[in-house]
Amino acid sequence: MAIKKLKDMKPGESGLIVALHGSGNVKHRLIDMGLVHGTKIHVMKFAPLGDPVEIKVKNFELALRTSEAGMIDVEVQ
Amino acid sequence: MAEKGQIRIALAGNPNCGKTTMFNNITGAKQHVGNYAGVTVEKKEGYTNFNGQELLFIDLPGTYSLTARSLDELVARNVIVNDNPDVIVNVLDASNLERNLYLAAQLLELEKPMVIALNMSDVAEDMGIKYDLKKMAELTGATIVSTVGRTNIGTKELLEATISVAASQKAPGVTVDYGDLLEGKIAELVEELKKSGTVTYPLRWIAIKLLEKDADVIGKVMRFDNTEAVIQKAEAIREEIKNQVDLDIVFQEYRHRFAVEVYNTCLTQAPTTLETRSDRYDKILTHRIWGLPIFMLVMWLLFNFVNTVGAVPQGWIEDGFTALQAWVVTAIPEGQLQSLISDGIIAGVGAVLSFVPLILLLFLGISFLEDTGYMARAAFVIDRVMRACGLHGKSFIPLLLGFGCSVPSVMGARILDNYKDRMVTILITPFMSCSARLPVYTLFAAAFFPPEWSGTVVFGVYALGIVFGIIFAKVFRKYLFSGEAEPFVMELPPYHLPTLKATLMHMFERGILYLKKAGTFIMAASILVWFITAYPMDVEYSKDYDALHDQVAQTYEMKDAETLSHFGITTDEQKDQVNEIVDNMKSTVADATSAAESNQEPAPEVAVEEDSEAPELFNDIKDENKDLFPAAWAMYKNSANLDAENQKIDEEQKSEKLEQSYAAMFGKAINPVLEPLGFDWKIGVSLVAGLAAKEVVVSTLGTIYAVGGDTDHPQALTDYLQNDPHFTPLIALTLMLFVLIYPPCIAALAVIKRETGSWKWMLFMFCYENAFAWIACFIFYNIGRALGF
Repeated sequence: MAIKKLKDMKPGESGLIVALHGSGNVKHRLIDMGLVHGTKIHVMKFAPLGDPVEIKVKNFELALRTSEAGMIDVEVQ
Repeated sequence: MAEKGQIRIALAGNPNCGKTTMFNNITGAKQHVGNYAGVTVEKKEGYTNFNGQELLFIDLPGTYSLTARSLDELVARNVIVNDNPDVIVNVLDASNLERNLYLAAQLLELEKPMVIALNMSDVAEDMGIKYDLKKMAELTGATIVSTVGRTNIGTKELLEATISVAASQKAPGVTVDYGDLLEGKIAELVEELKKSGTVTYPLRWIAIKLLEKDADVIGKVMRFDNTEAVIQKAEAIREEIKNQVDLDIVFQEYRHRFAVEVYNTCLTQAPTTLETRSDRYDKILTHRIWGLPIFMLVMWLLFNFVNTVGAVPQGWIEDGFTALQAWVVTAIPEGQLQSLISDGIIAGVGAVLSFVPLILLLFLGISFLEDTGYMARAAFVIDRVMRACGLHGKSFIPLLLGFGCSVPSVMGARILDNYKDRMVTILITPFMSCSARLPVYTLFAAAFFPPEWSGTVVFGVYALGIVFGIIFAKVFRKYLFSGEAEPFVMELPPYHLPTLKATLMHMFERGILYLKKAGTFIMAASILVWFITAYPMDVEYSKDYDALHDQVAQTYEMKDAETLSHFGITTDEQKDQVNEIVDNMKSTVADATSAAESNQEPAPEVAVEEDSEAPELFNDIKDENKDLFPAAWAMYKNSANLDAENQKIDEEQKSEKLEQSYAAMFGKAINPVLEPLGFDWKIGVSLVAGLAAKEVVVSTLGTIYAVGGDTDHPQALTDYLQNDPHFTPLIALTLMLFVLIYPPCIAALAVIKRETGSWKWMLFMFCYENAFAWIACFIFYNIGRALGF
């Protein structure tokens, strides 16, 4: 199974979060929104200008800038 | 403490869980909006009476978590631990329960009696989701009520449950299990806290937060006596276990585990629909190609909705107040009282009220966009552009609105959830040239540049404003609101059809808040500006203007007599006939003028030189009165010339009066400051008066140059400026630059004070914009001169 950064995934791809980098507020905010180890995510689409990215997690949709999406490692399924 | 018999309820929940709709359903119009002490977070409270019981609801800010890392979250949890509500009502979105339970897990730790409103249960049902509510009640220790906020289903049951839970005063008794290692350490710390015997907060919660190194809780604990040992112990434990667990995130992970467990245990039927209706809308609205054009269209509609549609009732209000002023002028004898009531109070109230339509429409629009869910998508689509300016995607909307009027624009900045984003946006909003500045730009562009260039000049000023906005956004972000970056993590809530009630309530709430909080300030400041331009009232004039009027009247009386005898008109009957024709001509001109104005065309001009021929406008009258027409035309010219001379004398008198006003004294006093920019004291006075409203710059210049005119009739002023040797294109451009940068009108300053919650930021804005305006104009003017302009 390939491990990719979330920002490098393609729309339609899904996977499990395997690692979360970064620190401080950004990391805590991501965790509060449910982006913890083992959570399944699905990449919905990128915005028309290529950034941010929209993902589905725990049955809701979340927009992340690619700078934040670069902190999340996903095991693509 | 709670009043006797009143139950106090904290309403908590995630953003977009329908909490506010529920709050509105329960409390209706009995709401009060204020601010939490010292912060800009809004505090909403509302009352209701149910079964003879008075209930006070506190609508907490919608949050995803309860950490000390965001102001909203801190406020929400402090209300619960400090204000001691009797019950927490936690609203959970049933269609998105797993994430919502994460907040519930944290609320449980606060050990308050809790009721869970399982809201949007209809949406969940449509998705095919079913829960075992009994099991959920067991696992959370809370009483569960199923509700649908939008249709007001379950509200009664929720209130009944709330009252009975409050009466029992029973805390849920359920908390997150943090695993053997951490639980052992938490227990140790709780023992230590008990030993100190002073801390009055829920001890387990305090222990957990100390281990999480929550800065706010550490501060709270230190304020109690005998707690040094506790703090040391917590630090020692963190040191001891830091290699066994990742203290930074382990607590959050356990809470998620709790949420997942409760969710999975209670879920009896998982969602069946894979692609929701919302997903289908989203495919179009944020489409790779169509997303941007749709965004542009929505923004265009919003802008026009607020500014173009809003201008209509705004015009009614302004016309109404103008009529009221005209009536006061006839009802009250001329003097200080008349001036105070007409130009001070009525003009001030008019200034306050004229913004109300814009604000109501703005919040109607914003509320619609937020409730439907498009607002988040708009931010999603445009974020890449705004990020390049150091801003958030949502900043686009207030900044766009700034081109219409800064007042709704500043108020619109509240759609930004993050404090820093909101502040930076508010501070740069005035660089977006509002519509009141346009007449100032066009006046000078038309007066000093050839017609084919004037449009470009005005466009250039607008564009320059945007450039300044971007630069200052970056500067403020870097120096004023630096610190740790706020992540851009934004929920895209499902699309909903908003309810009319919620939208209207939101709109009126904002309108009333504006009137209450900003209205008085605007009113007071408008009266102040009136005062400094109108006083002192008794000025010593260099000429006897009354005598001049008499003199002119006499001259024209003689002229009229000459004219009549020249045309051989002697009998009273003939004279009456001539006068009648003249009156007829005047009313014809008046009708043509008002018709032209309502069609927004230039008013007809009737040349009244000695040898001017009668205009075509009078052809009908001429045909009807062949014999007397030449005499009547001559008499008409006399009368028009008399009016013009009288008006000239009046303008001169007004100019002289303004010249001696406090505003002029101020203008002259600051002359040394303005001189290096090429401005004289007259421009200084206009700029000071322009703080009342930017278009006033034009009318004040008209008065001070004794040519009259205002934004609707700038021709006389344009002619004057072109012939004034002092004015050069360079000075005109410098002045436009100054008007672009220097502080927005008083109304905008008033809402800035209201929205930032402090005088400090308003004064900062006032000072930095004046300073920057001066520096920019100084550089521009001197470079221009050095280049020989």
